[in-house]
Amino acid sequence: MKQKVDSIVVSQKEIAPAIFDLWIETVIARDAKPGQFIGVFPENKSTLLPRPISICEVSEDRKSLRIVYRIAGQGTAEFSKLTAGDHVQVMGTLGNGFPVEEGKGKKVFLMGGGIGIPPMLQLAKTLNEQNGGKAGIQTVVGYRDDKTFLKEDLERYSEVYIATEDGSVGTKGNIMDAVRENGISADVIFACGPMPMLRAIKKFAEETNIPAYISLEEHMACGVGACLGCVVKTKEVDHHSHVNNARICTDGPVFEAKEVEI
Amino acid sequence: MDAVWTPDLSTEIAGVTFKNPVMTASGTFGSGMEYGEFVDLNRLGAVVTKGVANVPWPGNPTPRVAEVYGGMLNAIGLQNPGIDVFMERDIPFLKNYDTKIVVNVCGKSVQDYIDVVERLGDEPAVALLEINVSCPNVKEGAIAFGQKADALYNITSELKKHAKQPVMMKLSPNVTDITEMARAAEAAGADALSLINTLTGMKIDIHRRKFAIANKTGGMSGPAIKPIAVRMVYQVAQAVKLPILGMGGIATAEDAIEFILAGASAVSVGAMNFVNPYATIEVIDGIEEYMRKYQVKTIKELIGAVHE
Repeated sequence: MKQKVDSIVVSQKEIAPAIFDLWIETVIARDAKPGQFIGVFPENKSTLLPRPISICEVSEDRKSLRIVYRIAGQGTAEFSKLTAGDHVQVMGTLGNGFPVEEGKGKKVFLMGGGIGIPPMLQLAKTLNEQNGGKAGIQTVVGYRDDKTFLKEDLERYSEVYIATEDGSVGTKGNIMDAVRENGISADVIFACGPMPMLRAIKKFAEETNIPAYISLEEHMACGVGACLGCVVKTKEVDHHSHVNNARICTDGPVFEAKEVEI
Repeated sequence: MDAVWTPDLSTEIAGVTFKNPVMTASGTFGSGMEYGEFVDLNRLGAVVTKGVANVPWPGNPTPRVAEVYGGMLNAIGLQNPGIDVFMERDIPFLKNYDTKIVVNVCGKSVQDYIDVVERLGDEPAVALLEINVSCPNVKEGAIAFGQKADALYNITSELKKHAKQPVMMKLSPNVTDITEMARAAEAAGADALSLINTLTGMKIDIHRRKFAIANKTGGMSGPAIKPIAVRMVYQVAQAVKLPILGMGGIATAEDAIEFILAGASAVSVGAMNFVNPYATIEVIDGIEEYMRKYQVKTIKELIGAVHE
């Protein structure tokens, strides 16, 4: 069920420059799935719309959610000031999430770039539970530099391969360079990150003929499928408007790469 | 001491009675399905649907939305599945609820509008037609009919010949004198007016030096536009005798009551549904509370009751 609820900040810290790690206690955590997102509302009434932020982790007791976000504007700048005990309005859970069952008993790539890395954590955790351990769960993540946030968390649930733009950690280059350098392969890909990375993954998946599930981003207003603000061109007729324009907030944000034109 | 009484929230537009004066602004509420998870649709005065055309429309490229100070811009471009899917899916869905159905109709030519209006004529569950001659985000049709008095007169009188339900023309605020448009619609036989649609705006991303919206311009909505909308509702109420559905930045019951006092018989909550998905219900409850507080027995006592 989708709802907008008052939630309480458990903790917050800056884990890399302008990147914040926020835990909130919220009933929305109960049904949260990897790849889904929440809408976080700023208090400042000049900034009205919910900020879509992907779920990074769900606590074991399913009472708290973790989001890791980058300051991108006024709304996220406001969130970065939240401290333990503060109230924050949150709407969720939103979106479809990753089809975790597609990774059952398979060798998988979890590919994340920059601020697309956080959703890979709950996904790695869920796959790890489903598949009974780390075997075959390969996380390939791309950072700008040696500020490799979430690396230790990801290592708990998966084998982690790192690429950095400046070469300070792991492979110098992007995640595709890291795949080549480490000579690794997979039967299925789950990914989230900047558009050039997702386009490269779509191409790679087509060439190697493996399924890739990619999480897309777009400017959103309602977040619940009503306003039709966030759409992506699709190969097949979409079920809502029948015009090959799927709603990222509700039909996605995760789509099979071959189904979308990006 | 008076006996316990309940305020009568019902209101009327063009012979249609609504259980309360709170509706949803077209394009902000889909056909109700998406917000049905948040609010009991049975409680709404009406659901005003997203604009529907004779054929599916793909809409504009993205980005289609951007936040601005106290509001937002949108240039969705009236993406919609067309009247066939709408009749098969959206109308039957809404018929499950005890609320009135108001259908927003869009088109590129007068004939497009006529086609949709005629199809809707076969469906008695549709209470009222809201004719979208004011969407600022599509290249053909829509606002082209809403910014010139003679064009508005023509399309209104054409649609009146074909419509089985009452016709409510949705006016654009992007005109020099909105009362001129209101008078043209009235003269052509419109049964009601709804206003305001969004105000054309623009936002530029200074870091990328690009337009925030792919369409360059978008329609502005949200609390920041409310004073303009209240003013226009008042002006139109003074100029014509038609009932008015008022909207523009309504977030609370206080906002809604301002519109009613200015002359609106009912109101729509629009962009604020995105900010507070429970806004419609809170507005209904707040109006009732206001009526109790000031001993107002019926909504009709409030319509246009502002005075100097």
